[in-house]
Formats: sequence, C-alpha cells, structure tokens
Amino acid sequence: MSGEASAALSAPAVRDVPSRVMTVGLTAATARRVLTQLRHDKRTIALVVLLPCVLIGLIAWMFNGTPVLDQFGPLLVGLFPMIVMFLVTSVATLRERTSGTLERLMTLPIGRGDVVVGYALAFAVLASVQALVIVGFAVGVCGMDVAGPIGLVVLVAVLDAVLGCALGLGASALAKTEFQAVQLMPLVLFPQLITCGLLMPRDEMPTLLEWISRVLPLTYALDAMQQLAAGGTWTDVRGDVAVIAGFIVGALVVGAATLRRRTP
Amino acid sequence: MGNSAIEIAGLRVVRGGVPVIPSLDLTVPVGQVVGLLGPSGSGKTTLIRAIVGAQIVEGGTVTVLGLPAGSAALRRRIGYVTQSPSVYGDLTVTENLRYAAAILGMDAAAIRHALTDVDLLGHAGQSIGTLSGGERARVSLAIALLGRPDVLVLDEPTVGLDPVLRRDLWELFHRLSRSGVSLLVSSHVMDEAARCDRLVLLRGGAVLADGPLADLLARTGTTDPEEAFLALVDQAAARDASGPAGVAARDGAGTGAGT
Repeated sequence: MSGEASAALSAPAVRDVPSRVMTVGLTAATARRVLTQLRHDKRTIALVVLLPCVLIGLIAWMFNGTPVLDQFGPLLVGLFPMIVMFLVTSVATLRERTSGTLERLMTLPIGRGDVVVGYALAFAVLASVQALVIVGFAVGVCGMDVAGPIGLVVLVAVLDAVLGCALGLGASALAKTEFQAVQLMPLVLFPQLITCGLLMPRDEMPTLLEWISRVLPLTYALDAMQQLAAGGTWTDVRGDVAVIAGFIVGALVVGAATLRRRTP
Repeated sequence: MGNSAIEIAGLRVVRGGVPVIPSLDLTVPVGQVVGLLGPSGSGKTTLIRAIVGAQIVEGGTVTVLGLPAGSAALRRRIGYVTQSPSVYGDLTVTENLRYAAAILGMDAAAIRHALTDVDLLGHAGQSIGTLSGGERARVSLAIALLGRPDVLVLDEPTVGLDPVLRRDLWELFHRLSRSGVSLLVSSHVMDEAARCDRLVLLRGGAVLADGPLADLLARTGTTDPEEAFLALVDQAAARDASGPAGVAARDGAGTGAGT
C-alpha cells in the first residue's frame, strides 16, 4: 500500500466479508418497501380483498337453500386467496426481474433471503387481511355454517394464501416473460387442483394419482378445510398445518436459491 | 495494484452462444473519470455488468479494489447505475431512496445529500410515475451515490438529459473523482469524450484504444473524438484484413447484439 500522503489516490483496501443470506433488518426493509408499493396501488388491494368475496357470494346465491356452501365454502375460502396471491406474487417478482431493479438490488449488500422472505412477509400481511375479510363475509353475510372452530378456518385460509405467495416466489424463476408468467398458474396450481380431492375423493383415484397428490401441498390445504367443515378440531388439522408450513418454507428456500446475483 | 480501481485481464463473456467479449484487458486508475465509449452493441453494458458482478463470465479475471468482482465486501463500495433507471415506479423518490438507504445503512441526511447532488430535492415527495425520463435517471443515480461508494460504474447516465443537466452531472462526476472516487461512465455520444480524464474505446467487445483524449487525437491526427474513433476503426479493420484469425474473432463479436 502507498503512504498516507497519496492515500486519496490509491485504492482503499477492502477485505472480503461473508455474504449473508438473510438478516432481520433487511428482510423487514424489503417487506416495508413492498407494502408501501401496495399501499400506493389501492385498486389492487380492493381487487385482492373484494374479488374472493364476490365469488363466494355468487356461489352462496346459486346454491341458496342447499347445504353446498357449508360443505364447500371452507374449501373455496382456502382456494381463492391462494390462487389470487400466487398470481399477484409471480407478476410482482417478474416485474422486479425485468425492470432492472433486481439486477441492481443484487449488487447491493442485501441477502437473497432478505428479498424473497421480505416479499413473502409483505404479501402475507395482504393475505391475512384477505383471509379475514373473506371468512367474515362467508360467515356473516352468506350465512356459511362451519362445524369446526372458525378461528382455525381463518388460520388455514391465511396459510393457504401465504402458500400461494411462496409458490409464486418459488416458481417465478421459471418465467422470463409476462406470457410465461401467466402460464405458471395453470402449470403449478391446476395439477394440484385436479388431484387434491376436490373433483374426486382421493381414495377413489388411481393409485399413482393418489401418490402424486400426497406430495402436492394443496392436498393438505384442502384436507384441513374439509376436516374443519366436518367439525374437526386442532388435533385433526395440525398435521396438515405442519405440512403446509413446511411447503411454505421449502418454496421460499427454492425462491431464494434460484435468485441469481449473476445472470447470462 | 494499489493505484488501480478496476483491473481486467483476459475477460471473456459469451451471451447466447456469441462471444460478446472475446478477450479484454483493461485498467481503470483510481480517482479518474474514465469514459467507456463505443457504438451500441460494442459490449459496454456487458463489460459494466462483469465489473459489478452481475454478468456470468466465461473466463479471465475482473478485480475491483483488489477483490474479485462480485465479492460481498464490494457491494457497499460500488455504486452501479443500470442503463434503464432501476427505480420502483409505484414509489415516491424518497421511498425509493429510503429502501436503498436501509440496505446500505445510511440515514435521512444521506438521502437529502444524494438528492441535492442530482438536483432533485424539490421532487422528493413525488411519485416516480409522474417524473420525466431524465428525472428517473437521476433518481437512479442518487441511489448509486447514496452509499458514498469508492467506485461508481454508470451505464449511459446522461441519456435523455438536457445540456444544462448534462453539464451539471459531469461537474458532479469530476467533483467526486477529486475526492478519490473512481468513475467508469459509458456513453455512445462521442462528444462526451471531451469531459473524461481518460477514454476507453470499445468495438466488437475489444478495447480499440485507451488513453487521454489528447493522446488519441495526436495518435490519429484528428481533431475530434468521433473522427478519432472512425480512424481507429479503419486501422483495426486494416489489421484484421491482414490476419485471418483476427477477422474470424472480430466478426463473431461484431454480430453480437449484446447490450
């Protein structure tokens, strides 16, 4: 190194530091930033919160006077938020990738986990509002009668919505264009919808399909809601809740691992 | 070693099967404003991305402040401005800077300082969506200045700016360089060459010339940067014609529409 006098014109010595995957402060900063973006976009908030209510309302109206809403209402209360949040998240992350903001972000001292988990936390806040409103609407306005504890219905609905976010974040690396991003929903969610037990009870399915359904998270989300609709309690759904939570963590790990600081 | 901010040896970058940068050597000294000039498709952005550690490289070494490009410690020492402004369109100017400040551990005073540098203090509360293209570019620059970096790498920071703003920004770049900051500024506008301490002319992913403008003019016997560049291109083409291997390499690189 050169002497003191020429210090201004010599490269400052920099020692390398370990790269951290995640820190609490920066994850919170990312969540705060995404929530601020959402706050500026009131129409999206209105759509995310109100649209599932409209759909539930339509079904309640269509099957008025039958027990359909009590049987299937809890399932839909879990499904709609999940699908909506999956779409919102995959579009949001694609926008970050294509606008150049992610490229610069990845040259800054922020962990990949800070970005992915920050996003998930922000959308989890939105998902919680959404789940509370839709359950409130289904029970209070449409007269949905859930045999199990309503608090657990809300919990599972929130977890389902967060699972939707996490799957959206995990899958977003597969999409490079807007056209590809909108195909992710049928790619990731439709096979789960078909095999989760909504169209046919899982024990009546061909064995192979039944096995496939066991490794897909929606199966457990749906099972939890079915249990609650039939009067199940915490002991009946805790296994499902644990599996859903595991998938959320797994999808976020995939999302952080597929985030690249260097791109082709 | 201690006197160069960026050292590149044998850098090779292939994008989509095309060698955008076949083999490049370059040294950027500390405390200077180095202009990276060349036509569009000459590999300027690819080179810049390799320096900030955003580009997958095939071979060679890129060293910044004595560390391999992309090292974690460099992330607070390099300020990077991407070609299109990397700002969140649905946030205000201050909200954009606040997020970067949280990442870099800077405070509100640093945000005001950076906004003053790019003359945007009056727009602090405005949403990015309501700003002009030039104003957005300056918000992006303010974010790069925020962490008081030792090395600033700017990809066409003056595109779309009026002459007064361009002059002000070049004054800012020189003020920063006098305080010891090393700047690499790309441009495809040759008349910005006169504002740089040193020029690097890029063509087909290779360095065509590297030195102060006066030297380049003397060497080529020309009077302005554009003529000098054209003269150097002709010289290189003549050299290529005499060596078939050189032609192949350069033709391959020349077709690379790399940004």
